[in-house]
Amino acid sequence: MSKDNAVTVKNVYKNYGETEALSDMSLDFPRGELTSLLGPSGCGKTTLLKIIAGLLPATSGEVIVNGQIVKEPGPDRAFVFQDFALLPWASVIRNVAFGLELRGVVKSERESIAQKYIGDVGLKGFENSFPHELSGGMRQRVGLARALSVDAQVLLMDEPFSAVDEQTRRKFQEDLLNLVKNENKTFIFVTHSIEEAVYVSDQIALLLPRPSRVSEIIRPTSFKNKDVDSIRRDSEYLDIVDRIWKSLRTYVK
Amino acid sequence: MKHRPLFLKIISAVILFGAWEIGGRSGVSFAFPPFSESMVAFWSLIIEGTMFKAYAETLKPLVVGIIISGLLGITLGIWIGLSDKFDWFISPIFIVMQAAPLAALIPLLIMAYGIGLTSKVFVVCIMAMPVIVLNTSAAVKNTPTNIKEMAKAFQGKDIDVIFKIILPASSPIIFAGLRLGVSAGFIGAILAELKITPTGVGDIISYSRSIADYPSMYAAIFSIILLAVLFLNILEKMENFLFKGNNQGYVSE
Repeated sequence: MSKDNAVTVKNVYKNYGETEALSDMSLDFPRGELTSLLGPSGCGKTTLLKIIAGLLPATSGEVIVNGQIVKEPGPDRAFVFQDFALLPWASVIRNVAFGLELRGVVKSERESIAQKYIGDVGLKGFENSFPHELSGGMRQRVGLARALSVDAQVLLMDEPFSAVDEQTRRKFQEDLLNLVKNENKTFIFVTHSIEEAVYVSDQIALLLPRPSRVSEIIRPTSFKNKDVDSIRRDSEYLDIVDRIWKSLRTYVK
Repeated sequence: MKHRPLFLKIISAVILFGAWEIGGRSGVSFAFPPFSESMVAFWSLIIEGTMFKAYAETLKPLVVGIIISGLLGITLGIWIGLSDKFDWFISPIFIVMQAAPLAALIPLLIMAYGIGLTSKVFVVCIMAMPVIVLNTSAAVKNTPTNIKEMAKAFQGKDIDVIFKIILPASSPIIFAGLRLGVSAGFIGAILAELKITPTGVGDIISYSRSIADYPSMYAAIFSIILLAVLFLNILEKMENFLFKGNNQGYVSE
């Protein structure tokens, strides 16, 4: 495959003391696509995501983003957190602009950028609300707008929809498909949900624990260009969901 | 509805002072005058100007002591909260300080620093500082990791993490510590005047007691409580002004 990779993980090991969280992990993330990291608890998917983000150092091996070896968080990557990680004392607009604030962008500029993305994620009119006044789904939209507003090429999403309700989650998944189509960004998406992974991904990396490894890479083909309503009835979609469950079930306790 | 808190506060005061009045009139002790007599004495102390002269003395060690305790206490608290080594090194001093029977240590302070302002400031600081330091360090240590990690992921520098994340997140508990510290400082200021040299309000208390003018003694005690309550209210207003959305709690849990 001669595809251009936005992110490459090469022989990464990660040990916590005696415990081996990641062992010789290698994985490519094609540019402009969404790759899911899917696997049971303890397979190291969040650890891998945090190493790519530069939040955790790898014990050995390297992560390359756009030709640069990752040593720390950088402007080329933005993170969406499972628990939203919003500042409770800051309004929606300040929360969305916070990534830019940390980069030293002046207030008027960062707020006009934040304004645009608040509109894009559908939170227009909530600029001056505080996080506690929003529903779980809306809070994650704030988290998403914050990640989009720093305009990083790579978006790292750590189980972003796991803390929102099922209906909101479906809406998020559809929105995410559109986002991948319209924004020329690379998405790395950690999830527990098999259906979710198959639904949103261009590529699924199936991770298995003990020892942590990439067991399989699956690229759905036939339903990728279908509209969002037909995907869940596509036979390839159903086959892949089944196949993944068969490989995972022995690892789920 | 808007005036309900004020209404309840007034009722609470009426019950307290009513009980004092009844207790005083029922003749519990010669040394326990009713509320009304104490207020008459309070009024005449104000008319004579004795009260103002007394406060001009008492406020000196109090204000100096509280400013030192506040600034130094919060700075040390933050440092302790950020560094484990500094914590092991410094915290025991404040834990000992908090538990020490201060009245018994005062002769030692007099021997070291004489009977002037320095010793009195020390007493105020010993009373006020431990709770400020220990509260601040506990608050800093308990800053939610998710928002610290968020700031790092968006390339926040250490200084940003301290000023934009840790401090606002800790402010409710820091202010709670300040309020406790200030109350303790008031006790310290009076204790110093009773135990070191009788000046200011402490002088009114010990002099009135020695000539059995109990209403004046209670008037002096009443005045110090009144001032402390006033000061604590100002502190609370300041906190609400500085950190608006903060009393809303954390939304991400």
